[in-house]
Amino acid sequence: MQLTNRKVVVSHKELSFAERMYLPAVAKGMAITLSHLFKKSPTIDYPKKTRPMSATYRGRHVLKRDENGAERCVACGMCAVACPAEAITIVAAERKKGEEHLYREEKYASSFEINMLRCIFCGLCEDACPKEAIFLTDRLVDAEFEREDFIYGKEKLVEKIDKRIDITKRQTQAVLDFKKIPGLRHNTLFDPKKQVKH
Amino acid sequence: MKVTIDGITIDVPKGTTILQAARMIGPEVAPPTMCYYSSLKTSGGYCRTCIVKVTQGSAANPNPMPKPVASCRTEVMDGMVVENVTNNDVLEARKGVVEFLLINHPLDCPVCDQAGECHLQDLGYEHGLATTRYEFPRREFDKIDIGKYIKLHMTRCILCYRCVKVADQLTDKRVHGVIHRGDAAEISTYIENVIENDFSGNVIDVCPVGALTDKTFRFKTRVWFTKPVEASRECKKCTGRVRLWYKGDEILRVTGRKDQWGEVEDFICNECRFEKKKTSDWKIEGPTNVNRHSVISQNHYNNLNELKLQVLKQQKALGFIQIDKRP
Repeated sequence: MQLTNRKVVVSHKELSFAERMYLPAVAKGMAITLSHLFKKSPTIDYPKKTRPMSATYRGRHVLKRDENGAERCVACGMCAVACPAEAITIVAAERKKGEEHLYREEKYASSFEINMLRCIFCGLCEDACPKEAIFLTDRLVDAEFEREDFIYGKEKLVEKIDKRIDITKRQTQAVLDFKKIPGLRHNTLFDPKKQVKH
Repeated sequence: MKVTIDGITIDVPKGTTILQAARMIGPEVAPPTMCYYSSLKTSGGYCRTCIVKVTQGSAANPNPMPKPVASCRTEVMDGMVVENVTNNDVLEARKGVVEFLLINHPLDCPVCDQAGECHLQDLGYEHGLATTRYEFPRREFDKIDIGKYIKLHMTRCILCYRCVKVADQLTDKRVHGVIHRGDAAEISTYIENVIENDFSGNVIDVCPVGALTDKTFRFKTRVWFTKPVEASRECKKCTGRVRLWYKGDEILRVTGRKDQWGEVEDFICNECRFEKKKTSDWKIEGPTNVNRHSVISQNHYNNLNELKLQVLKQQKALGFIQIDKRP
């Protein structure tokens, strides 16, 4: 059965003198090589240049801070239980007096680890989060030499206070509408002075 | 006495309440409860979650009762006909009750330790709305330490009075009750008095929400990351029959054994609950049978096997099981 017309029967006839000199073949090869100098390169000069990426690309995670710079995560464990790869490990702790500017609510994650080798970047943690704390971003996970370095702790996951990461494009209309409901404690900023004592 | 609940007739002794009769039939017709607790006398009648419609008062007087009644406080009459889940009015009324219970309840399930085994959470999920119509600030309280083991967070309290009944009926000196009235009512100890009784820890178990919590377990982990195991020990004060909640090899929490209605079988003492947190203290009887729909069965592989068996059984019943032809 013949599938294509590209079949060539190998001939074992002796090379002629001109062919044994290889000069025409060398010239032909050089011409192909030289022609590539004038063609557009199919690769790009990463990481100096990057390709355009979707704003909703599911890449490296970020743990968001709120408007005051306090961490939003309350260590509720919804992301860890939703994670199909079991890549997330959380240890919770209680906020002490005087730490209100660091943590938004009375409980926070003292350790939040994502194993980037286990993570499949499905985005279920982002869906599960009730506090808008974890988001996937359009950044990539860096290459490392050691496997341990792929276990990202809070120092790599929490956004830097002076270098915020914009995630507004990832938020769906339903979430934005929910945030407009007044009176929901979820939507109002925590203010310890406002605590009413009956 | 014959009573018909949702079309199912059952014979019950005199003095049985509608709720108890419904529980005898099974969980499909039993109304949900937030304040009623079968082992605590005079409990019930506060939350109105268990309301049902009585369409026929008795065989002698077949007139319907004019309003929905609290099934935990209404005794059955011979020939009574009750509608619970089959009556749309009851479900609508219960939805209203749930909305009222949630009016001052904070939306802090992600923080609360009770989440995952919270009766109010289940109730809100089954009957309530996904959104709220309440636009005013909810009442908030400071957290109070009641002794070295128990923390009271009144913000979450729904005033079911169960803990008050425990303090009243299980402990010898009652120092804990409800002060003020109506909207201002709150659970309190007498001028921040400390509850120091061997059975005071049971207020944690009876609390349907996360208002009274175990300080030794507080914020340690979410309940669905722990694995429940039935265990017992020789105890002079109580029966010693408990449930241990493991995370890895570590016992994070000890509670009483809860039955299918979420009520503890035996009240346990504080020594068993708070001080015995080593495996060597206990005689392990076996894993707790967790409902596979419960979040507590998440990530536990023994339940996965159970699930597989059930799927297999269903497939067999439907007749499309594949016969393994390999030798």
